[in-house]
Amino acid sequence: MPKDASQSAFVEFQRVQKSYDGETLVVKDLNLSMPKGEFLTMLGPSGSGKTTCLMMLAGFETATHGEILLDGNPINNIPPHKRGIGMVFQNYALFPHMTINENLSFPLEVRKIGKSTREEKVKRALDMVEMGAFGGRRPSQLSGGQQQRIALARALVFEPELVLMDEPLGALDKQLREKMQFEITDLAHRLGITVVYVTHDQTEALTMSDRVAVFNDGRIQQLAPPDHLYEEPENSFVAQFIGENNTLEGVVETIDGESCTVRLDGGEVIDAKPVNVSQPGERTKVSIRPERVEFNAERLQKGAHTLKAEVLEFIYMGDIYRTRLRVAGNEDFIVKTRNAPDQRRLQPGEQLEIGWLPSDCRALDA
Amino acid sequence: MTSTSDSSAEQAAASGPMLAADGTPLKKSIARALRMQKLRALALIAPLLIFILVTFIAPIADMLFRSVENQIVSTTLPRTITTLEGWDGSAGEAPGEDVFAALYYDMFVAAEAKEHTKLGTRLNYEQTGISSLFRKSGRKLDDLGKDYQKPFEKAAKDLGDGAAFHALMTGTGPSDSALLESTRARLEALTGDSMAGEIGFAPGAEISALLPLTAAAYADFAVFTARVDGDAPADEDPWEAVYTALAHDLATPGTIEKIASYTGPGAELLQAAADVAPSLPDYRAFFEDVDEDWLDVANWSTIQTYAPNYTSGYFLNAIDMQKTPDGTALRDDDERIYIMLFKRTMFMSLVITFSCILLGYPVAWLLANLPMRTANLLMILVLLPFWTSLLVRTSAWKVMLQQQGVINDVLVWLGLVEDTARLIMINNQLGTIIAMTHILLPFMILPLYSVMQTIPPTYLRAAKSLGATNWTAFWRVYFPQSIPGIGAGSILVFILAIGYYITPEIVGGTTGTFISNRIAYHISSSLNWGLGAALGAILLAAVLLLYWCYDQIVGIDNVKLGG
Ligand SMILES: Nc1ncnc2c1ncn2[C@@H]1O[C@H](COP(=O)(O)OP(=O)(O)O)[C@@H](O)[C@H]1O
Ligand SMILES: [Mg+2]
Repeated sequence: MPKDASQSAFVEFQRVQKSYDGETLVVKDLNLSMPKGEFLTMLGPSGSGKTTCLMMLAGFETATHGEILLDGNPINNIPPHKRGIGMVFQNYALFPHMTINENLSFPLEVRKIGKSTREEKVKRALDMVEMGAFGGRRPSQLSGGQQQRIALARALVFEPELVLMDEPLGALDKQLREKMQFEITDLAHRLGITVVYVTHDQTEALTMSDRVAVFNDGRIQQLAPPDHLYEEPENSFVAQFIGENNTLEGVVETIDGESCTVRLDGGEVIDAKPVNVSQPGERTKVSIRPERVEFNAERLQKGAHTLKAEVLEFIYMGDIYRTRLRVAGNEDFIVKTRNAPDQRRLQPGEQLEIGWLPSDCRALDA
Repeated sequence: MTSTSDSSAEQAAASGPMLAADGTPLKKSIARALRMQKLRALALIAPLLIFILVTFIAPIADMLFRSVENQIVSTTLPRTITTLEGWDGSAGEAPGEDVFAALYYDMFVAAEAKEHTKLGTRLNYEQTGISSLFRKSGRKLDDLGKDYQKPFEKAAKDLGDGAAFHALMTGTGPSDSALLESTRARLEALTGDSMAGEIGFAPGAEISALLPLTAAAYADFAVFTARVDGDAPADEDPWEAVYTALAHDLATPGTIEKIASYTGPGAELLQAAADVAPSLPDYRAFFEDVDEDWLDVANWSTIQTYAPNYTSGYFLNAIDMQKTPDGTALRDDDERIYIMLFKRTMFMSLVITFSCILLGYPVAWLLANLPMRTANLLMILVLLPFWTSLLVRTSAWKVMLQQQGVINDVLVWLGLVEDTARLIMINNQLGTIIAMTHILLPFMILPLYSVMQTIPPTYLRAAKSLGATNWTAFWRVYFPQSIPGIGAGSILVFILAIGYYITPEIVGGTTGTFISNRIAYHISSSLNWGLGAALGAILLAAVLLLYWCYDQIVGIDNVKLGG
């Protein structure tokens, strides 16, 4: 990483490792650098070390090795309450014995801010999350979504530059979650704060973030903007984890710069874009998104390889059709098509030829 | 639900009670459905309920009743206190002859039933010395009757014969059943046993009108002999009191004239007795002769004051007051003890509760926050005292704290304390506080722990992330949430402490004992159960009052034992 880039970074993890028990590394060699004002999401399956990273940043866990920098300064030895980082916890952690107003003025009180300023800031923060009328209530008297907003307001009321959120929407139902996703991103952009957001919900990660860091096994598998992540996954874990994905296994036959051919285990040969393979003979997993598969011969590119397929199941989902095929021995090959007037509904048992653009078909690690 | 049924339901709600499908009111059908459930639940808890009622509630109720119950005076001396009603002790004069006469006959029956010493003991709580008065008089009562019996027997030998006297008192014609029934009732009250059943005697109405005192005294004798001793009155010689009564009746003006015209069975015996012409018994002189304290106004005032069936005397006593002829008044300085004991009990219980909070809070915190394995080990250490006998633990403290004990030895060895000035830590308040804090500590730790366990650690983290130091985070966020645990533990410890008995008894010496030790003394040594019950009732009331205050201030639903 160039020197000036690390200089301008607001939050930076440098070769950070973490182990709780001295035997296994929960976080292995984490390198991450984010500029001011970015909304970065850590996405990964449960147990992949996301919370641990967040806790190290907040100061509740210490890194076993490596350095964490905030605004260019190492913070390893700064206690949590001096870091000035706002935090939203998964279960909100609103203090149950205090009213909403008291909850919000707590961070201001411990900062010894005068009463009038305090009241003003609390009011502004409550208005910001549209909860101005609820100041006198106790947390238990609020619904989950309302508590969520209060937790957000409390993390923002002392105007931190960095806000951490650990699965803040995990406890909400789907509709509320979507509404809150929008509100949080909107607020973050309006206030210009830097956000590190942890979730295991990929839709949430894709819709909210400037960049997403996909975690697995204590490592960042890929750090990229959402569209890159989806369209250009760098390894088969990311391809599998983000969105729906069809995988065909095989061996690289020829490789030539931007294109390669893969002989599938069933014997068929297809074109693909080499991403994680470098030489013929290597095993590979070929990844194709369900919506990039084409079975209408007219729309197929000239000269593209096609594969034989048999329709196993047709599922009507309203906006799209989801069809399950048997392709090259894989019985879970999914094709998604838009519900349009000219679209054909495939019948189970139907035999057809499918194909795709070689650039949509990525040869990844096995 | 369709809109039509919706609106019909609304109409029903507006016009009257909601109806179930079969047309009965909904409330009723729910009640019916729930009744079986309730009955079944009741049947399940019935054994426990009965157990508690029999072994816990009933004894407590009985004990509380004893603190005001005072029927012993009116059952033992029923006729005395009736005649005493008109007496005014403030004149400084002992009561008149009629009171002493009533006392004589009451005492005679009581002495036969061996109840007079109980009354003496009871009245002795209020007036020291009365007990010996009663005991002494009980032994001498026969003498007065014997003095009359001898001349009667000399005049007619059959006057001393049970069967002849029985025939005389039975007479002919209608019998005085009212006398018999009132006698029965009086003896029932006195002995507490049923007097129903065959007596083998019915006083003749004519003879009862002629010799009222004699008839009454003989009825006492007859009922007692038949129902208590189980003998036939006709087979037994009458009590001496009967001859006293006969003398009294014969000495009453007009009786001798009437006897001359009496023709019933034993008329000649009666005439022979009348010819003896006995003098009127001087009951007052008799009692004065037994013990001149019977003329002491103070003793009679005490009897009069405690004549009612219910008394506040025990309670007054329990708060260092007493009844005097002029109303209630504080006892003399050197007799006051209970108020001081109550205050001491409260104060020391508070100190013990606070030491338990102070020592228990950090332990509970550790229990709730240490990793599972270590916490379990610690928990075993906390529970360890429960596996040792209370007596053993208390005695161990005695060994530890005494002047030649382990702690003093160590302090002397360290040079912190001179060998000649060893600390006194036992047989005083300090000893009680130390030992009881140790014994009650688990009752503080356990509720605290179970409350702390439910406080997620994220609250502390949240507070710190909001800029609070460790201390502020603890004090403003963690501590308030642990208050319900402190409340529960404090109530538990305080209520246990306030009624604690064994430990103060063993390590408390004289300055470190509680009110409960005094209660135990009255229950088992002085046998003044009424006072013990009154002290217990006050203690119970104090606990309930504190509980109520606590509910007002903290709110009892804020008390948690977990969850
Ligand atoms: N306090 C802790 N002590 C020991 N192990 C922990 C602790 N916290 C988390 N871990 C372990 O670290 C790994 C990563 O946990 P975490 O960071 O919470 O994952 P995520 O938030 O991605 O689900 C998990 O295997 C978890 O068991
Ligand atoms: Mg997590």
